[in-house]
Amino acid sequence: MAQLKGWREIPIGGLILEAGNAVEYKTGGWRAFRPVFGQAQCIHCFQCWLFCPDSSIMVDAENEKMVGFDLEHCKGCGICASVCPVNAKVIRQAGEALKRDDPRLCIRMIEEGKAE
Amino acid sequence: MSKYEALTGDQAVATAMRQINPDVVAAYPITPQTETVEFFAEYVANGEVTTDFICVESEHSAMSACVGASAAGARVMTATSANGLALMWEVVYIAASLRCPIVMSLVNRALSGPINIHCDHSDVMGMRDSGWIILFSENGQEAYDNIIQAVRIAEHPDVLLPVAVCQDGFITSHAMERVEVYDDADVRAFVGTYRPKWSILDVDNPKTYGPLDFYDYYYEHKRQQVEAMEHARRVILEVADEFNRKFGRNYGLFETYRLEDADVAVVVTNSTAGTAKVVVDNLRAQGLKVGLLKPRVFRPFPAKELTDALRHLKAVAVMDRSIAFGSMNNAGPLFLELTAALAIHGVHIPIADYVFGLGGRDIKPSEIESVYRDMLRVAETGRVERLVTYLSVRE
Ligand code: SF4
Ligand code: SF4
Repeated sequence: MAQLKGWREIPIGGLILEAGNAVEYKTGGWRAFRPVFGQAQCIHCFQCWLFCPDSSIMVDAENEKMVGFDLEHCKGCGICASVCPVNAKVIRQAGEALKRDDPRLCIRMIEEGKAE
Repeated sequence: MSKYEALTGDQAVATAMRQINPDVVAAYPITPQTETVEFFAEYVANGEVTTDFICVESEHSAMSACVGASAAGARVMTATSANGLALMWEVVYIAASLRCPIVMSLVNRALSGPINIHCDHSDVMGMRDSGWIILFSENGQEAYDNIIQAVRIAEHPDVLLPVAVCQDGFITSHAMERVEVYDDADVRAFVGTYRPKWSILDVDNPKTYGPLDFYDYYYEHKRQQVEAMEHARRVILEVADEFNRKFGRNYGLFETYRLEDADVAVVVTNSTAGTAKVVVDNLRAQGLKVGLLKPRVFRPFPAKELTDALRHLKAVAVMDRSIAFGSMNNAGPLFLELTAALAIHGVHIPIADYVFGLGGRDIKPSEIESVYRDMLRVAETGRVERLVTYLSVRE
């Protein structure tokens, strides 16, 4: 972790004086569940990218492909798994008792620490 | 040129607000503060001020609107009492933490329950540790003067804390008295223009107010609030000094009345100090060496200065208009803090607490006189018989 500053060195009142620095705050450590990407079934519809509240879906914009997750910032909310559409056969979300390698899943949530 | 007007305490505050012409006022009606906001709404309707007056659906919203407006760089004022303050609670702390220099007229009223609309200090004593600067006012004149000074104190770059200006509900808020109202231009010149350092409306320099603040930095922000309170000690006196010179008054951290050569004294805030002065004069006429200390600044608490002003006495009575339930001997908050201040500064005078006037119960000169007579006895014997007395409660 970066060197923490003293009370004289920081803006008062918790003010953040620069914009766009949320990226510096690694929130991935808050995660209890983690999304897992099943590349083969993905139809690259970008629903997950659209809905992820933490901008943690990584895409290859040039080739219009969903490529994975930014696990440094993903908080494991499961929204991506939930919005992943039916025609990709991915309709289950976090906590469902599906086997980790269930072929119907392209994104599913598994418990942190037990990832394949 | 200043002029003398017959004003209620609430009206005196509204007059100060008209002269200050804040950018935003957000308030919700609650007795006995309502009059202030009613008068002020009239000034808004008449075009006498250019303030954005936000009518809100509750005090929680009132204080929230104040915080938002302050973050946007506005000069912001509000007014409330008792249960209204209680409903603001969460945001009262946020206002101080986000360092919003909001000025609040707090017309002291008993907190429920049972429901009561009359004066005591249970409302303000609840907010004593919230991070607000707290000033007391004996009468409408002092409320008027304190409101004007509060703007400068709150907005000082070394302070940036909200300020609550107290006066006694009904006793002064609704009593008409002579108030010297200064020239509009003089008041405006005194308060000056607020130049916020960080405004969220400054779109070229985007910033965030009120982000999540965890164990890694929250504590440092609290430490900054301590520093701001420490700066306030100096700033309050600087502002008072300038105010006194400009408007011919005599404000400090507290007022003393015939205290210098006194043997015993009463310490009491707000309107009761006025009544106590009459008692002091009566007892002095009988040759009794009694005096009075009336705290004006309660937050930051001027422990050292109070100690120095009281150290020569043979006995001190604190009169508290609220109870800190379950505290040492179920005493009042002013007593508890003053006792600690004296002890910490090595001054050991016999001291006793007299709780009085809860829920607007009248406090008569004869009752204050009985406190002085108790203290004169204590001065002789050196012994406090009863640490806390609930004055004039029926057995
Ligand atoms: S689990 Fe939530 S945060 Fe993580 S990638 Fe999916 S939608 Fe984004
Ligand atoms: S929502 Fe599902 S199918 Fe669509 S891009 Fe994301 S992972 Fe692929």
